[in-house]
Amino acid sequence: MSDIDLLASSTSEGAQEMQSRSQASVKELGRETGAVLRGKSPAPEEIATALVGSEDQTLAAEQGDEDIESETMIINMGPQHPSTHGVLRLMMELDGETILRTKPVIGYLHTGMEKTGEELMYVQGATNVTRMDYLSPLNNELVFCLCTEALLGVELPPRAVWIRMLMSELNRVSSHLMWMATNGMDLGSTSMMIYGFRERELVLGFFEKTTGLRMNHNYIRPGGVAADLPDGWEEDVEFICDNVMKRTDEYDELLTGQPILRERLEGVGVITAEEALSLSITGPILRSTGVPWDLRKTMPYLAYDEVDFDVLVGTYGDNFDRYAIRLNEIRESIRIIHQILEKMPSGDYRVQDRKVTPPPRARIDESMEALIHHFKMFTEGFRVPEGEAYVAIESPRGELGCYIVSDGSARPYRMHIRGPSFVNLQAVPVMLQGGLLADAVATTSSVDPVMGEVDR
Amino acid sequence: MSSVTTTFHGTSDADSGSPSGGNSRVKAATTFDNADGTDGTKSRSEQLDEVVQSTIHNVAGTARPTILFPERDSYLSVVSAMHEGGCEMLEDLTAVDYLRLSGRELPGQIKPERFEVVVHLLSLSAARRFELRVQVPEEDPTIDTLYDVYHGSEAMEREVFDMFGIVFTNHPDMTRILMPDDWEGYPLRKDYGVNRVPVQFREAPGPR
Repeated sequence: MSDIDLLASSTSEGAQEMQSRSQASVKELGRETGAVLRGKSPAPEEIATALVGSEDQTLAAEQGDEDIESETMIINMGPQHPSTHGVLRLMMELDGETILRTKPVIGYLHTGMEKTGEELMYVQGATNVTRMDYLSPLNNELVFCLCTEALLGVELPPRAVWIRMLMSELNRVSSHLMWMATNGMDLGSTSMMIYGFRERELVLGFFEKTTGLRMNHNYIRPGGVAADLPDGWEEDVEFICDNVMKRTDEYDELLTGQPILRERLEGVGVITAEEALSLSITGPILRSTGVPWDLRKTMPYLAYDEVDFDVLVGTYGDNFDRYAIRLNEIRESIRIIHQILEKMPSGDYRVQDRKVTPPPRARIDESMEALIHHFKMFTEGFRVPEGEAYVAIESPRGELGCYIVSDGSARPYRMHIRGPSFVNLQAVPVMLQGGLLADAVATTSSVDPVMGEVDR
Repeated sequence: MSSVTTTFHGTSDADSGSPSGGNSRVKAATTFDNADGTDGTKSRSEQLDEVVQSTIHNVAGTARPTILFPERDSYLSVVSAMHEGGCEMLEDLTAVDYLRLSGRELPGQIKPERFEVVVHLLSLSAARRFELRVQVPEEDPTIDTLYDVYHGSEAMEREVFDMFGIVFTNHPDMTRILMPDDWEGYPLRKDYGVNRVPVQFREAPGPR
């Protein structure tokens, strides 16, 4: 066996491997060009001819004709590639510099978190889901807790709702800042990377003060939040708002009018509204195509119907629209946070139901019942009535859903997370199709996948 | 911010709803185009209700999301009708293994089976969510793919196949998506032996 064969066999990917276009089924070819989208499907033969070329050409290529121009090449990008934000692997078929097809290969970070979720009690569940989308952990906790509470049927005190909203919006700011940073890095603007991380640190500093941790907080729990906001939180949040707002204007000046950045983003990675809807794409990508769909506005949860903000949409569905949407969503979030600062109600930060929330620490020393409750709470957990519930929220990346089936015990019978990154990855082949290899990095970055959530 | 130039596309979408600063291509939107029943016709939500009434009879409760229990044979046609009726998006597709809860009760004449495929359809124009639950028997774990109606089902159905071993017929690429190709068993099934399966690595001979 030659070295080449040995290498080929030892790196074989089996059935997951992408076949050359000439061997792909017509259906698959159609999917990549978007031709099978409803309403405008040409005959399969037409697609095949248009894509593969006429039969003569194919035959010539098979007979080893010296026609190099018609040869395509399949290359691998990732999973170890600095621009894939983790372990995303893209197999791409290239004709020269042009991308003909792309196939995302995922699963490198799969740790069976949905299975783990079936083993953990509802009290512990938030610690599991918070690790999925590690750039917006509070949103993960939020959707899990909202789903659990839907099954429990508990009504939250208003302060808990507004604290959750505050944390969720701050998390959106930090997540988008992180995206600005990594996107800048992917496009060669390394100073933007430093700036984005610098401002994100402000938000994470506040998270650390409030929750004890910079990431993976386990702060939002079924029945409320783990602790009240720290003393002086208003000043901290105002400081963050002022700073981020000022810096966002600076980014605007630094990047938005920058000719090189615009050249790299405008008209690149285009996806239409029809394609996005058909592929279940949500979040900034769907909005970049002009569809005003934001769950905070269209299907309000928490108290989003009591605050005033705009849903931002783009026009062309290209990378620049997605950049502009995320940049301006930071401003919209700050706008929401300002209103939360004004309207934050006083009162309890969690439900006063001893079956759902543990007793305060001070009570444990003096009350036997409190001690028993505390002990039962953390050894047995609380039981959740039988039933199923699906709850979806708008995470920075799109619709984040949670489906829980309860069998009446203290552990979910089935816990499923609909990760926006996982579904949105399906947009990558459509966006890259026909584009240049050099734009692949920019386009993948504009999808903003978090691999922890893709693979779960 | 004054340095922000107009767009290269040459159009100016900067209307009164624009957010402060930034670029003029992003605009604020508050309404969804298709969502109105103002011209005397029925609203999208009512139209969808009619579709539901005409296609399926097993509707559980009135709470939202509306939960439907189509038969496995008519599942694809029901989803197609919902799609025609205004459900623009497939929101989520997953499955549940009811091995330990086999005696559960379902509305109507639906016989509970081991697997249940749970589909969430979203009507953006009516801002409404529909839940479909389809029973899939253990001895024949196959079901039609939704790929021809919603292309977004591709990855989700592959995940369900990977985790539950439910085969979606006519799916263009029915392969494992998260687990390695040569993995044995379906991890999210309830009879999958957690901690009993040695970790498998490609090309490495296993102990079994």
